[in-house]
Amino acid sequence: MELLNALVLFANFVFIPALSYGAQLALGAVGVTLIFGILRFANFAHGELMAFGGMVTIYVTWWFQSLGLSIDPLPTALLALPLGMVATILFSLGVERGVFRFYRQRKAKPVILVIASVGVMFVMNGLVRLLIGTDEIVFSDGNKFLIKAREFKQMTGLGEALVIKQNQVLTVLLALVAVLALFWFLQKTRMGQAMRAFSDNEDLALLSGINPERVVMTAWAIASVLATLAAVLYGLDKSYKPLVYFHLLLPIFAAAIVGGIGEPIGAILGGFVVAFSEVMATYAYKKFLGYLVPEAWAPEGLVQFLSTEYKFAVSFIILVVVLLIRPTGLLRGRVL
Amino acid sequence: MSFLVGEAMVGGYGAADILNGCTVGVDQGEVAVIVGPNGAGKSTAMKALLGLLRLRKGRVLLNGTDISRLSPQERVKHGLAFVPQTQNVFPSMTVEENLKIGAHLRRDGIEETMEQVYGLFPILREKQHQAAGELSGGQRQQVAVGRALMTRPQVLLLDEPTAGVSPIVMDELFDRILEVKQAGIAVLMVEQNARQALEIADRGYVLVTGENRFTDTGAALLADPEVRRTFLGG
Repeated sequence: MELLNALVLFANFVFIPALSYGAQLALGAVGVTLIFGILRFANFAHGELMAFGGMVTIYVTWWFQSLGLSIDPLPTALLALPLGMVATILFSLGVERGVFRFYRQRKAKPVILVIASVGVMFVMNGLVRLLIGTDEIVFSDGNKFLIKAREFKQMTGLGEALVIKQNQVLTVLLALVAVLALFWFLQKTRMGQAMRAFSDNEDLALLSGINPERVVMTAWAIASVLATLAAVLYGLDKSYKPLVYFHLLLPIFAAAIVGGIGEPIGAILGGFVVAFSEVMATYAYKKFLGYLVPEAWAPEGLVQFLSTEYKFAVSFIILVVVLLIRPTGLLRGRVL
Repeated sequence: MSFLVGEAMVGGYGAADILNGCTVGVDQGEVAVIVGPNGAGKSTAMKALLGLLRLRKGRVLLNGTDISRLSPQERVKHGLAFVPQTQNVFPSMTVEENLKIGAHLRRDGIEETMEQVYGLFPILREKQHQAAGELSGGQRQQVAVGRALMTRPQVLLLDEPTAGVSPIVMDELFDRILEVKQAGIAVLMVEQNARQALEIADRGYVLVTGENRFTDTGAALLADPEVRRTFLGG
């Protein structure tokens, strides 16, 4: 019984939150890794792309709500999501045309593209805050919980409860669908194979008649779709705040690099590695240990490795360790 | 007039010219080989034919049409296929995917060409689901040539196809190249293994400092005492 309570406690406060957070990071990291694989630079504006996609989706959600559109018990934001994605694709293609293409055609060094992306990041950051403000926005409607605390306790008779929020389940399911669709695209379609070829050996891809403009545009479109999805899922799960996505850039980069940059599977793996490390390092194990050890040994302190304010330090440590020990990442991607 | 010819080509990468008026060409159903000492501009001449290098003077003709102003990609569409010396496969993709990418521009059925390539290089059929980067050097060259053949080219340009492979594999590759030629494709290659390459060549070019020094059939060049003494080591 004590052991079960401890496990439920762990699942409720560590496993499930980390799983949905990991799925959100994975979606972001796949976008970063895809852009890196095709355009050969680390896109610092990816967090802002997420913020932008989230913003458009929220505006469309409000519009739908004012029209009385609803897909209850699912959140209205899911209905608005496709429009958010389209707007983000158009925006990122515009940025590609207006900024990155100039440097690509001059065959600029990757570091120049990185700095250009930092510029894009600052502009987008300001734009999004100008358009939607800096406040926290909760835009989730529909059903909230799939399993409530009291129901769970009554069902199982345990002292601890496993609470499952609908948005957490939605996050994991939609992320799974998105990732499976992406892999199907990359493996089975002409364009997907062309993208992999382009990422593998750009010169030879050109000699095989692959159109680089279309490859680049497709990469931006996919990254935009995934970024919007990640942003909306994160916003539904927690809340929407433009600055949060800027902060998410570090864990997302860490995830992409841990997995091996340029490797989509690695990015997914990396997303979960970072999410689980972060949640496990900032969870206070006092109560958990209380169930497992005799009362006399029960810890007095919180048994928390890091206070939650320092959670980004976890990503940073992972990043530094990976770059020192295995710079190619878990799945042997490219060296930055 | 050859099917593909670079006439009196002058050009280079920087201020100094590497090509100083050399002419190279090849006809369909023929193997032409460019040999010469290091720095003679052999690979550069081939790159000029493909359009990877802008010529200051001279022109490139394909079947009588001037293609000097076309980009490499456009020349590929017109029937030129190029196998670079290094990095000539997609390492993380399977052999089969490499071949499919070769046929990327084609909208017709590619099965038949795929069968021809597998017929030419049976080992590739065995390895079709392996990543090209995991293959041996000789097998990788076969993938590279196979990828180029998938475009169903009229001209196949090979930049040192036998660099870094063993003598046995080299003989094998040259045999395959002769089969490609018999299919009516024009084959032009740059080779370091000059003696062996000239043995299979219908036409040989000896380039020195970007100019034509000797031009003749492969057999005649091999028999020429001066060519032997200066370029083939006796």
